[in-house]
Amino acid sequence: MHRSGGSVEAGLPALAVRNLSVGFDQIAVIERLSFEVPRGSTLAIVGPNGAGKSVLAKTLIGALPHEGTIAWEKNTKIGYVPQKLDIERDLPITGGDFLHAKASVARASGADVANVLELVGLKSETVGKPIGALSGGQFQRLLVAAALIGYPTVLLLDEPTSGVDEPGQDTINHTLDRLRDERGLTILFISHDLSVVYHYATNVLCLSRGHACFGVPKNVLTPQLLQELYGAPVAFHVHHDLRP
Amino acid sequence: MTFDPNAIALSVAAGAAAGLVGCFAVMRRMTLAADAISHIALPGIGLALLLRIHPILGGVAALLIGTLLVWGIENRTRLATETIIGVVFSTALAIGSLITSGEELIEALFGGVGHLTTVETTLALVLALGVIGFVLWQRHRLVLALVSPEIAHTSGINVQRLNLYFLLVFALTIALGLRYLGVLLVGSLVIIPAATAKRLARSLPGMLVISVAVSIASTTLGTWLSLSLHRTPGSMIVLVAAGFFLLSLLRRSCG
Repeated sequence: MHRSGGSVEAGLPALAVRNLSVGFDQIAVIERLSFEVPRGSTLAIVGPNGAGKSVLAKTLIGALPHEGTIAWEKNTKIGYVPQKLDIERDLPITGGDFLHAKASVARASGADVANVLELVGLKSETVGKPIGALSGGQFQRLLVAAALIGYPTVLLLDEPTSGVDEPGQDTINHTLDRLRDERGLTILFISHDLSVVYHYATNVLCLSRGHACFGVPKNVLTPQLLQELYGAPVAFHVHHDLRP
Repeated sequence: MTFDPNAIALSVAAGAAAGLVGCFAVMRRMTLAADAISHIALPGIGLALLLRIHPILGGVAALLIGTLLVWGIENRTRLATETIIGVVFSTALAIGSLITSGEELIEALFGGVGHLTTVETTLALVLALGVIGFVLWQRHRLVLALVSPEIAHTSGINVQRLNLYFLLVFALTIALGLRYLGVLLVGSLVIIPAATAKRLARSLPGMLVISVAVSIASTTLGTWLSLSLHRTPGSMIVLVAAGFFLLSLLRRSCG
């Protein structure tokens, strides 16, 4: 997922969005938004709370009504990680039940399940617990594992490392980075961690009420643009290399 | 005391169907909805009695129409399912009590004994097998839609259609127990065994097995007790199921 390590093929968009507008009860959340995501690239979506990032993600997967066009490349298979889920603590569905359900629907094998568990660093005893009893970080890893089942061509991740500890975040970020390079995946992720965005994104789409910007991280994540976006000064640490 | 083999076959089949459907109803937080939706059968039963046709046919027709109505309003208005069911169920109860009266109303509300014909038993068995087949076949899709409708959607599942199918299967399961348990008690057969299993199980297969076992034990034991004690089967079945639930409060670790 490192922006300099991908194999972006210019002119082959995995996703083209034109004049996208989404609203609820006549209140516009997203207005006339247009952008393209080249195949094999990583797009980070940033913005303050309430800017419409999760709404955009749900609209892109076709779960919300909208105006304008969303054109995914032919034969696109999306692996989706939603934002925080409200799961009952005593729900008797284990991580294994959930992953096998996803594998069954995606017609993937048991070996694929074992493979994605290894990729996200989840142990089998953890997966044997009910999903409501998993920690926030373990549950996020489980969701990322489920998204990877069935060899998706696109990953759409809504704050995938939210609640995950620091080493766990690195594991997930590096895994996604490696998978993008190895499988030519296209990745769209929502994040509040601008350091991660700066280092991993090919392009950044910033959303704010009535304002959107798009470009490479170096041009978008400037102090001036970030202040306009968040309405307050924003600082982030630029790592020179996040790889181990 | 005589055992009707048709009644026993139907007890086992309806118990298994209710146990399986109940698991997903409870996990989808449809506990109150389950109880309320059964009341939609009442105007159908009343109308069938007026028209001198089999009351269960009227009940099934009303349940299916009511289910489609709930699903349609939910999709058009985005109101919560429980709100819509609340409105539809109260309206159905009001209409039902207007057109049904006396003993018929009591039997419709609490169920009755009656002898089952071979045709009735065969139809009910086919219906029960259909419900069991649906839940087992669709369980993986139901799990994904339960955890996250968006993940289900990106996995190629038409969540709206799946919800409709589940509501229809749910209505058919209610219809299966309508004759014995009546409109007021039939929802309990779907909910109590599954609620018991949810307390005891720690995995989906565990919950399905425990729920079916409790449900079948409740229907067969309840039917036997009703014959022994000369009581209505509906009350005995629900009391046995409630007994299992109370026992589950004492222990929680298997599955």
